[in-house]
Amino acid sequence: MKLKFGIKEVVAIGVGTALFVALTEIQIPTGIPNTYLQPRMAVMAFLAAVFGPIVGAVVGFLGHALGDAMFYGSVWWSWVFPDGLVGLIIGLFAAKYAIKEGGFGKKAIILFNVAQIVANAIAWIALAPILDIVIYAEPTDKLLVQGAGAFLGNILIVGILGTLLCAGYSKIGAKSSSLSKED
Amino acid sequence: MAKILSYEEKDTWIHRLSGVTKLIFFLLWCLTSMLTYDTRILVTMVVLALIIFKISRTEWKQVGAVFKLVLVFLVFNVFAIYIFSPDQGTAVYGTRTVLFHIAGRYDVTKELLFYELNVVIKYFTVIPAVFMFLVTTNPSEFAASLNKIGVSYNIGYAISIALRYIPDVQGEFTKIKHAQEARGIEMSGKASLISRIKNTSTIIFPLIFSSMDRIDVVSNAMELRGYGKHKKRTWYMGKKLQRNDYLAIAFTVAFSVVALAITFADGSRFYNPFV
Repeated sequence: MKLKFGIKEVVAIGVGTALFVALTEIQIPTGIPNTYLQPRMAVMAFLAAVFGPIVGAVVGFLGHALGDAMFYGSVWWSWVFPDGLVGLIIGLFAAKYAIKEGGFGKKAIILFNVAQIVANAIAWIALAPILDIVIYAEPTDKLLVQGAGAFLGNILIVGILGTLLCAGYSKIGAKSSSLSKED
Repeated sequence: MAKILSYEEKDTWIHRLSGVTKLIFFLLWCLTSMLTYDTRILVTMVVLALIIFKISRTEWKQVGAVFKLVLVFLVFNVFAIYIFSPDQGTAVYGTRTVLFHIAGRYDVTKELLFYELNVVIKYFTVIPAVFMFLVTTNPSEFAASLNKIGVSYNIGYAISIALRYIPDVQGEFTKIKHAQEARGIEMSGKASLISRIKNTSTIIFPLIFSSMDRIDVVSNAMELRGYGKHKKRTWYMGKKLQRNDYLAIAFTVAFSVVALAITFADGSRFYNPFV
């Protein structure tokens, strides 16, 4: 896999982060304290799938830190890092999804969802509670419930909305970019 | 449109500091506040943070709406800790002084109240620092200064674009949302969970497509102007670190080191008044 980092990626990080921050506004409550269904996660997964791991990781990390700071006035660092990790893992297989080339079919959908479930599991069931315990010394039970809530919420929203976004964009994007440049 | 924290131009020495100085302060401040549970340190930090907040001449109307939201989260969190773990205080401080009994395993202990007090103070050390950082840092100057201290200009530029486009994307989001609401699509809590996800997607789809267009337009424009051709670039808003910057950084580092030294002097991050 080759890592591409050019002008497009710089701009994608910028606009993607802005998008992530703006979408912090939509939070669908799940009933667990401080835990919501976040459509911004689906958007981050989509950007990672289109632009690759670096864009995914930075949008997740920076977007979460900035969004929380701007909307809620405090940054919960133990949840910022896992968000970057989710973007990174989903983005690793960007070339295989081939979204811009119109190749987001059944196989890619399965790969995308396996990647996002694994990524979310590592991030919210393992990393976030561990960081929470180390950093904030809060009760373990509460953190595990919150972590499990975030895991379920995120795989749900990324699985439904994220997959739809990728499939939709893949269909439309294919028209204009079915030619690929030779290196 | 939801009220968010954003930069406002004023003339105080905090505004004149380089964005990098404020970032270093902000990160070290967060780190210190995360690591310490020492009540004496936390109270000192709250007082210092409020003084800095006052000096930066930040007004209530700039931050009030966000502050109320933080309070809601804070109350939520405090109750969640109690419901999940009514004996967290005892687990931390080792003793158990029951004040009164509620029901089942739910006692109110002195240790729990003290632990929760620390959690609350922790919030209040960070909130003014976040407010100060966001309302006194000019985004363009921040990106330029990051590059000046050796951070790759690609990163500086990405951050600068992000800060530049947040209001634009937010405006577009609001516009699309109003348009969809005008068509009778329910966005509030009245709809069921699944239909809320579906309705949300009617905003996100157009927003994504226009943002992808925006990425193309902006990156083409940058390419046309020769972005990334050279290893270095010049900045209009760039500032060198000055005497005040070095003083502020030195103070921040010294404060963090002393605070952590005091916190961990007795081998535990908690200040224990019960033994």
